[in-house]
Amino acid sequence: LAAIGSVNPVPWARAQMAFTLAFHIILVPLGVSWAFMTLIANYRGLRRNDRDALTLAQRWSKYMAVTFAVGAVTGTVLTFEFGLLWPRFMGQWGEAFGVPFGFEGLFFFTEAIFVAIYIFGWRRMRPWPHFWTGVPIVLAGIFGSISVVAANAWMNAPAGFTLDSTGNVVDVDPIQVIFNASMPWQAAHMVVAAYLVGGFLIASVYAAAMLRGRRDRYHYLGFVIPFTVAAIATPIQLGIGDGLARWVYNNQPVKFAAIELVPTTSSDVPETLLGHLNEDGTVTGGVPIPGLASWLSDPSTGTATVVQGLDAVPPDQRPTIRETNIVHLCWDIMVGLGTLLFLLAVWYALSWVFRRRMPASNWFLRAAAVAGAAAVVTLEAGWIVAEVGRQPWIVYNYMKVEEAVTANTGVWITFFAVVILYALVGTTTILVLRAMSRRFRAAEGFTDLDTPYGPSALTEASVKTEETR
Amino acid sequence: VSTAVAVVLLLAVVAYAVFGGADFGAGFWDLLAGGPERGQRPRATIEHSIGPVWEANHVWLIFIFVILWTGFPEAYASITLTLFVPLTIAALGIVLRGASFAFRKAVAKMQYRRIFGAAFAASSVLVPYCMGAIAGGIASGRVPPGGQTGDPVHSWINPTSILGGVLAVATVAYLAAVYLVWDARRLDDTDMVNYFRRRAIVAAAVVGAIGFVGIFVLRADASYLFEGLTSRALPLVILGALCGVGALVLLVRQAARGARLLAVVAVATTVLAWGVAQWPYLLPETLTYTAAAAPTGTLVALLIVVALAAAIVVPGFILLYVLDQKGLLPEEGVEHEGVVDSQARPSSKLKPGSR
Repeated sequence: LAAIGSVNPVPWARAQMAFTLAFHIILVPLGVSWAFMTLIANYRGLRRNDRDALTLAQRWSKYMAVTFAVGAVTGTVLTFEFGLLWPRFMGQWGEAFGVPFGFEGLFFFTEAIFVAIYIFGWRRMRPWPHFWTGVPIVLAGIFGSISVVAANAWMNAPAGFTLDSTGNVVDVDPIQVIFNASMPWQAAHMVVAAYLVGGFLIASVYAAAMLRGRRDRYHYLGFVIPFTVAAIATPIQLGIGDGLARWVYNNQPVKFAAIELVPTTSSDVPETLLGHLNEDGTVTGGVPIPGLASWLSDPSTGTATVVQGLDAVPPDQRPTIRETNIVHLCWDIMVGLGTLLFLLAVWYALSWVFRRRMPASNWFLRAAAVAGAAAVVTLEAGWIVAEVGRQPWIVYNYMKVEEAVTANTGVWITFFAVVILYALVGTTTILVLRAMSRRFRAAEGFTDLDTPYGPSALTEASVKTEETR
Repeated sequence: VSTAVAVVLLLAVVAYAVFGGADFGAGFWDLLAGGPERGQRPRATIEHSIGPVWEANHVWLIFIFVILWTGFPEAYASITLTLFVPLTIAALGIVLRGASFAFRKAVAKMQYRRIFGAAFAASSVLVPYCMGAIAGGIASGRVPPGGQTGDPVHSWINPTSILGGVLAVATVAYLAAVYLVWDARRLDDTDMVNYFRRRAIVAAAVVGAIGFVGIFVLRADASYLFEGLTSRALPLVILGALCGVGALVLLVRQAARGARLLAVVAVATTVLAWGVAQWPYLLPETLTYTAAAAPTGTLVALLIVVALAAAIVVPGFILLYVLDQKGLLPEEGVEHEGVVDSQARPSSKLKPGSR
């Protein structure tokens, strides 16, 4: 039995961490941005006495209850895994790496409290106070994700600590840990991604419903609110992504070389679309656009910009060939899909500017229905670029992944257990959300019991609205 | 500074035991509530009681982990290396429990509600057992310091761990039953008041019996802890026992108030007693909290987090509990209730207005 259990834990620990994070990151955009969109619908419902908007807000909050719960428990697993999979990393660096998580815990607490109040408060609380209990969810979601990303950014740009001669952390400056060099770019990139992906994902469900002929006002609102949020976030994200890439060029040249598939240092580096790095260090396949990678890295020096190649560092300090190919492919996927999503947002914006309505074409709805899944793929690809591109380091230039891993050789067993459990939870989440949606449809709008705030409260709100006019 | 952070860690463990523990205990009674017909009313009371608060209560665990790995990284590394198996089971159990509870609320069909209910209830017993076993492994000095791996099996399958696990399950069940008496009284449901009152009394007796056996187990298996419990932690042990007995008397005499507070104090002082008994060690007799502590900058940052939590989270928590206790946070899903009612009690249709 001991022989069966004794399997090198490194690949399994990496696989388990990657799998659980890949799962959790899908729920993050919903946790961060859905409350904001729900509040838009809630506000509209109260201000304009719009029953469709109010129904939408209430139902969204019920879906949120499910996705927030799954996000909360899968997030908790990650806090276990830091220790279970990477105990030497935590033992060595916990005093620095852990600081942002202290603040994250604070925001998560706040979020959990107000999610509970908001979701459970529909029937009995007064409308406007109830609306305001939703606002802390939005703020806590933003600051919470900034805190988590600050920890990840610290792994890319470790700062704020002093080591003694044996390599132990003897002094920590929490401010420098949190506000490390990579943090502003990565945090902005993730928060905007949460709004982008959350918006496209939710809108895609309503786009699919509209294609099936449910063209009532309720579905229209369910599409327009999240899609507008996503359409605003997309161009912002392109700008932030460009800035972050340039930060990586300046500060993590090895990661940048993997991203752009640059085996040797040179100027006039082409931007290779797709393509493949071979064992002998040559690049085959793909479509090279001459000089573009150099030009994008620093437009002021144009194609003369020198891009450091993978061979600038010894092989044990850079991603393997396979990892490099993964990073580059994911980079192409992220940029490619991101551009398509941007074009979709432009289509939507132009229609509003010139026709004062959303595009009427079924092709637009089809594209929007696919955009949800595409946005999730874009998010996953971007995250893989960030994580695999950092290999072999867990703390950039300080600690390697294999030095951080647990000594427990049974990780492969927990890997399979986690995959099976998560597959069940993931499938069930989708089935439950669908079943809820069917039940809501069967109820056709409000039932007596379902009325938010109760009939009297709603009238009260509308009376107040009248008064304020 | 490290003392302050160690105290915060201990208080966070107390909070998790008192708030989160009761949620687990409610799952224990859910498990024992019987078939769908017989168990429908106790389950409804349980769902009503823990529905709005479980996620917030659950964050205490994350808080404990964060303080441990940031404030005392060496201890965290040693614990996670050695107690790999029970921690993994607890993590998976938490996923199963949280997801199932949310799913059960969201689905209408009794068949699915039963599956999710079973997963929720079973994991509600599994997780506190693992937590208690982990506490037992730490308290009996089975986790070596210095980020080394201790015995992967005997660190959590040993007399103190078994005692810890069983005691944890019984304690959370006891705590939950006492809370549920109070919740049922608030709902004016006399049947359920008596239902949970009987169970609280039985659970109290069981906790007392386990505690009595525990004296001998700890004397044989965890000498440092036993010595601490019988010396510097003795006042807390006595206070906890007195409160437990007091709560039992109040429950038996059907007193209107006081039992809940006494039960909370009893559990809180017992957890505190554990901490005081193994003071100043995080890992008894090998790693003190001062030796494991992070640099001052980190500890100050943690204390700032705690101060902010007192300013932001505590008022939020009070608001949540006040709204919940005032009945302003009824169940989130309303439609399914009607569906379930009509399936479980077909006769309810005959009595319009009974709701």
